Amino acid sequence: MEKRYGDNVVLRGLNFDVAKGDRVTLIGPSGSGKTTILRLVMTLEEAEGGYIFVDGEPLTHEERGGARVEMKGSHKHRLRQRIGMVFQQFNLFPNMTVMQNIIEAPVHVLGMSKKAAIAKAEGLLEQVGLADKAHSHPLELSGGQQQRVAIARALAMDPEILLLDEVTSALDPEIVGEVLGILRHIAETTDITMLIVTHEMQFARDVSNRVLMFDGGRIIEEATPEVMFSNPQHERTQSFLQAVLGNPMVEAAE
Amino acid sequence: MNVVWEWDKAFEVLPVLLSGFFQVTLLVTVLSTVIAAVLGLVIAIVRRSAPRPIGRVVGFVVDFIRMTPIVVQLLFAYYAFLNVSPIVIGIAVFGIHYSTYMAEVYRAGIDSVPESQWEATTALSMSRYRIWTAVVVPQALRATAPALGNYAISMFKDTPFLLTIGVVEMVQAGLIFGGNNFKYLEAITIAGVIFLLASYPTSLLIGRLEKRLAFSN
Repeated sequence: MEKRYGDNVVLRGLNFDVAKGDRVTLIGPSGSGKTTILRLVMTLEEAEGGYIFVDGEPLTHEERGGARVEMKGSHKHRLRQRIGMVFQQFNLFPNMTVMQNIIEAPVHVLGMSKKAAIAKAEGLLEQVGLADKAHSHPLELSGGQQQRVAIARALAMDPEILLLDEVTSALDPEIVGEVLGILRHIAETTDITMLIVTHEMQFARDVSNRVLMFDGGRIIEEATPEVMFSNPQHERTQSFLQAVLGNPMVEAAE
Repeated sequence: MNVVWEWDKAFEVLPVLLSGFFQVTLLVTVLSTVIAAVLGLVIAIVRRSAPRPIGRVVGFVVDFIRMTPIVVQLLFAYYAFLNVSPIVIGIAVFGIHYSTYMAEVYRAGIDSVPESQWEATTALSMSRYRIWTAVVVPQALRATAPALGNYAISMFKDTPFLLTIGVVEMVQAGLIFGGNNFKYLEAITIAGVIFLLASYPTSLLIGRLEKRLAFSN
């Protein structure tokens, strides 16, 4: 993968695989390209070079006769339906009720009947603890509630891949726990493949089976969360984790 | 200066003016507003999402219409389509003329829909049709409704231009009455008052609408 903004190279020579059912957390300093990867997978942005494959199929471009050729819109549209995303700023539709937000895509993209979609949405709202908010408008809800609706909206499409882009960064600290609790539960009870960008290291440790450390648009270290958080090898990873988690060495010396 | 106001003429001309107002002025305003609002939205969407050459052509036509006076357009359409009734010409010309202004208002409204909303529609794999009808247009309309209302008032006040193509709207009805009675002042004054009485409350209504259109109930 290669991604540039003007002269600024965001991702360079990046290459990694995610197996079905993997929970991969991307960590690293801001500007290291983590969020860009999620946005590329969701086709919100286009890369300058490289290919993304979903279940063996090229997502946006394929190599044909030595050239990088863009896939047809219908192909992208079909493949994209298997991918869901939850955004940092929730991005609910303010002109719709909570229920309308959740059933929009199941009804109009998947062609589900309205009745079935509503039943499913009610179940999801139950799961995220907002069964009584179906007929509220998003802006009447708190940030944490909006993000729970956004999670329900993404799940309503039965995604095989779920992209979580700093989903708690815009929330007050005391609400972060309830959102992460819901995501933990989803991770435990489904086999959805997850790509997670987060600064919540405890959450990353609990949920993911792989952690990728990014710096300057490359993966500089990959490990299980146990190894990554207790015994990071790369010097850059050590300093990053120290900065994020606090510095136990200094505390011990005092 | 020699201003003579005759109340009996004033009372005599009032029903003449009101019938011109309701039968022509109001009718043209309402129908032209509907045409302008719908056509304006179509223009705005085409300019935003159609292939570039089509967008360019539409852009050129829009600029052309906005850079020429509405009276010239009325007269041009009147003489170009002599077999069409003048009131139909008037409704069409006002509708098309103002659609070019409303298109700009819609464009601003569409631009005011945050990029993150478009991203959410992509993440949900929504169709182009649903993106526009379920997300972008409803949100854009909230931002644009007041400006659209102001253009409707503006159009309302432009309707006397219809007299140039022989449509007997309120002012023309007053002028005919004036010619027959050698008294113009009463007719013109009352016509002005009727315009004021109709547009002022409408603008107040638009002001209230603006306040109520914030999201959430």
